Amino acid sequence: MNTILEAQHLNVWYGDFHALKNVDLKIQDQKITAFIGPSGCGKSTLLRCFNRMNDLVTTAKVDGNIIYKGTNINSKSIDPIKIRSQIGMVFQKPNPFPKSIFANIAFGLKVNGFKGNMEEAVEESLTKAALWDEVKDRLDKSALTLSGGQQQRLCIARALAVRPQLILMDEPASALDPIATLAVEELIRDLSSYITIVIVTHNMQQAARVSDETVFLMVDDQRSGYIVEHDNTKQIFTQPKDERTEAYITGRFS
Amino acid sequence: MPREEFDRGLQLLEDDLLNLSSMVEKSILRSIDALKNRDLKLAEEIIFQDNYIDEKTTQIEEKCIHLIATQQPIATDLRKIVVFLLISNELERIGDYAEGIAKISIAMGNEPPLKPLIDIPIMAEKTSSMLKNSIDSLVNRDIVTATSIMSADDEIDDLYKKVYKDLLRFMLEDSKTIQRATYLLWVAHDLERTADRATNIAERVIYLVTGKSDEYSESNSNNID
Ligand SMILES: Nc1ncnc2c1ncn2[C@@H]1O[C@H](COP(=O)(O)OP(=O)(O)OP(=O)(O)O)[C@@H](O)[C@H]1O
Ligand SMILES: [Mg+2]
Repeated sequence: MNTILEAQHLNVWYGDFHALKNVDLKIQDQKITAFIGPSGCGKSTLLRCFNRMNDLVTTAKVDGNIIYKGTNINSKSIDPIKIRSQIGMVFQKPNPFPKSIFANIAFGLKVNGFKGNMEEAVEESLTKAALWDEVKDRLDKSALTLSGGQQQRLCIARALAVRPQLILMDEPASALDPIATLAVEELIRDLSSYITIVIVTHNMQQAARVSDETVFLMVDDQRSGYIVEHDNTKQIFTQPKDERTEAYITGRFS
Repeated sequence: MPREEFDRGLQLLEDDLLNLSSMVEKSILRSIDALKNRDLKLAEEIIFQDNYIDEKTTQIEEKCIHLIATQQPIATDLRKIVVFLLISNELERIGDYAEGIAKISIAMGNEPPLKPLIDIPIMAEKTSSMLKNSIDSLVNRDIVTATSIMSADDEIDDLYKKVYKDLLRFMLEDSKTIQRATYLLWVAHDLERTADRATNIAERVIYLVTGKSDEYSESNSNNID
């Protein structure tokens, strides 16, 4: 098993508040890893360490190493913008640009200096995101005319266009109805044959359905988040080693 | 929820608001850097990060609504929460202006700006310091600073008019410059709107401190974009 990304002794503070404590974690290549845990336990904070999104928060301090394919991307000498083309991100609410479906995909490619055939590249990304058949006749229509679920798949297509090796998703289906959620879940499973995905979810069944690995986080009495247990998903959902994990996944605790 | 916990909730909310404002301030300054340096990657980064700003705004809104629904606050407490809610909305919109400027950078591509950027960076500098001062006035509940922001807004309006006239001259002299002049006009417009929203924040601080909204200056009643 290959590790694509590893967090070593990771600690995060927002001002004086110690939000994440001593996280050591390996993310396996071409697998889906899910982060679960109660609200405020630091799932999003941890995810945002992986692409340096916390840089934007003036009060945030991120200590420790994030080793991505051998390089510590948490080092000041690494430009976070360079990370974007390798590590993509999909947000909670779909966020298409108010432009055509085509332009939504072409945009990131252009910025990244893509010189190839744009039509082909757009088709390829939309196909990978299982959206091509639904939109191929209306590529020039505004992306805002798509349904919520389609918009979210468009955002995934946009993230895929620059061919990242890792995609981070923070509750990508929380704003979608059950049918659209299933479509996104199915897509995530398909992608995992060639891409690594880390997904934050509040939905226990979703974690169990889509992920290969599950990381369970909790807060201590100072409200600091930490990892309780990390194992393959089957193990976590059938025979968790820690009774706190058991209590959480069976809903005896919130 | 006991009183102490409620107060802590309010304090956390205010902290969240400060964090949001520093993100937004950074975003505005960086959008102008991207424009000046023709840095398309930075422009894309700003657009990307606006998602985070939106997410934070939603969280603040949810917290405000939760406090109102569960605590039924009255008087000063209610005023505080309402003001926080309004300010978070102003900040989110300022974030959108930064995103708008970044999108203009991208639309311009590798074309150089129509003319060297002089007044626009000055506008950006002044606007972001207005924003910073408006948030400082919130932190310190300082109506003097809040009031000074209103006059700073007049300076921005003057600068905007100057930029507008300069660009108009280009367009009249040579119609081939219209597209490029329009880009810069939009940037100036976004900055001018940013300053208006910083002024709105200051007005809300005055309301928070005095409980009166009749000090609202008239110039800001036109809230159309
Ligand atoms: N920008 C910030 N400034 C200050 N504190 C923050 C900031 N972002 C998050 N926090 C705090 O850090 C802790 C972890 O937050 P985070 O958003 O990572 O949790 P989460 O597990 O993703 O929660 P949720 O399930 O509600 O999304 C919380 O206590 C939160 O209030
Ligand atoms: Mg979260």
